[in-house]
Amino acid sequence: MTETTETRVPLVQLEGVGKHYGNIIALRDIDLEVDWSEITCVLGDNGAGKSTLIKIVAGLHKHDEGVFRIEGEPVSFGSPREALEHGIATVYQDLAVVPLMPVWRNFFLGSEKRTGAGPFARLDIRFMRRTAKRELLDMGIDLRDVDQPIGTLSGGERQCVAIARAVYFGAKVLILDEPTAALGVKQAGVVLRYIAQARERGLGVIFISHNPHHAYPVGDRFLLLKRGRSLGYYTKDEISLAELTAQMAGGAELDELAHELESAGVKGAPELREGARDLGLSD
Amino acid sequence: MSHTIERPAPPADERLAARSPIRKLLGRPEIGSLVGAVVLFVFFSLVADAFLRASSFSTVLYSSASMGIMAVSVSLLMIGGEFDLSAGVMVTSSALIASMFSYQLTLNVWAGVAVSLVVTLALGFLNGLIYVKTGLPSFIVTLGTFFMLAGLNLGFTKLITHNVATPSIEDMAGFAQARAVFAHDFTVGGVQISISVLWWLLFVAIATWILLRTRSGNWIFAVGGSATSARAVGVPVTRTKIALFMGVSFTAWFYGMHILFNFKSVQSGEGVGNEFFYIICAVVGGCLLTGGYGSAIGAAIGAFIWGMTSNGIVYAEWNPDWFKFFLGAMLLAATVVNLVVRRRAEAGK
Repeated sequence: MTETTETRVPLVQLEGVGKHYGNIIALRDIDLEVDWSEITCVLGDNGAGKSTLIKIVAGLHKHDEGVFRIEGEPVSFGSPREALEHGIATVYQDLAVVPLMPVWRNFFLGSEKRTGAGPFARLDIRFMRRTAKRELLDMGIDLRDVDQPIGTLSGGERQCVAIARAVYFGAKVLILDEPTAALGVKQAGVVLRYIAQARERGLGVIFISHNPHHAYPVGDRFLLLKRGRSLGYYTKDEISLAELTAQMAGGAELDELAHELESAGVKGAPELREGARDLGLSD
Repeated sequence: MSHTIERPAPPADERLAARSPIRKLLGRPEIGSLVGAVVLFVFFSLVADAFLRASSFSTVLYSSASMGIMAVSVSLLMIGGEFDLSAGVMVTSSALIASMFSYQLTLNVWAGVAVSLVVTLALGFLNGLIYVKTGLPSFIVTLGTFFMLAGLNLGFTKLITHNVATPSIEDMAGFAQARAVFAHDFTVGGVQISISVLWWLLFVAIATWILLRTRSGNWIFAVGGSATSARAVGVPVTRTKIALFMGVSFTAWFYGMHILFNFKSVQSGEGVGNEFFYIICAVVGGCLLTGGYGSAIGAAIGAFIWGMTSNGIVYAEWNPDWFKFFLGAMLLAATVVNLVVRRRAEAGK
């Protein structure tokens, strides 16, 4: 996959993209690139505009400003289905699974495999069961039973099912919305491994997170968002984990917080202040 | 979880042992209603001598079909996460339209049947469209259309026929044929069976096929279970919901035709309150009120329970005034049983 693409045309490219809801500006002047076999991390706090950004790429909203290109071709999606047709698959925070439905039905939901023709077209249940089981096994998820409701799986397992589904359906770009947010340390590690695995398979990945400790080890590029604007756009060799964390936390604010805690007589405030100094945020 | 290929058999077996075949059976949505139906059948067989007669059985089947035809589409709609409170009066509307259209214009009754089909489907489409466009709960939307239709039924009938019922269409062209299709009675082994029972079973079979074996069925479960998730993976949510409302209006048309050709004349005030019976059948049959779970077979068993109870009380020579009390109590009991059964099944995953 990697060899066939020209070096000059990125898989996904946003240039000066903006979005507003009425008079509320949710996103302004964002640049972003994702290439084959590459993970671009979008980092930011709550309300930074991460969700708006991925909704544009995923086809849930149209952008109002700037250019959005897929393999060099300018696009503007009217529905998630259109985005899917361009090879962009999204794994949402709420996982986009239907908890009461069996795993295999969830796996193929919206892209069901059928046999037979006309009014007798029916689901190819054997194929779908087998495929779901095999694909999950390939990703290292060994399920007891693909017939169990997906709601009975753990958060990490559900996340992996969603990723496996996107990979199986030939996604070129995988958007992951906070895939590790609600997970414990170990499960987050498992999910991060699948993200890296998706990259090894040649996919471009957009990884949304507010946790630099999850993003830095797997990411190739980092876009930092704050209040709908770009705080910075770095490749991995341009920024260290400490700097990334510092940028995310917002140095001045950390200092302010330390000051506040200090005046309230809370223990640990000096350490916080020291930490901020170490990161080169304040002096 | 981390080892991909080498998967020793014993641990897999150990994990699977937790879900026995019985647990799996208990996980079926209709199991609670099936148990209930057996219990009621035994109960009425013991207390009512007349209950086990073949003729009684045909009456029970007929009552079941009269609820069951509508319960099929209402259960599908419920699995899709919505209600239709206008379903009861819509049956009457469709019968009135067919009757008055043919009678007033002195046309072949089939013309009325066709016009009624178009108009009733349009009513279902409208229910769905208002729901989709306004985003109001379907409970409110169809509560509105329920009263509107009830008013229109009475108003138009009085305006056109100067009576609360339509005149008999028995002697009109095409009546005999239409009756043969919608309201024919035939005898099997000395038992009279209405053709509506066969239609009912056919509809249940089709609905079950759609639900479990087709893409549309997958979409019905998905839009009821989580509409936002369904939309995100590319399921056409609005189309599916509108189609479900139209499914209800289709069976409303069908059952309306049965009433028209069975009784020849239609009472304009009929049908009010029946929508709750349809919902009861669906819920007793294991449909979740919140959507995403249920079965058409369950709704059929629910309708059969309705038929057994409504007639069993008569055969037991009890005062039928108490029927609705039993119905309400049964609804509560069924819901609790369903809840317990499902929780147990899920706990034993």
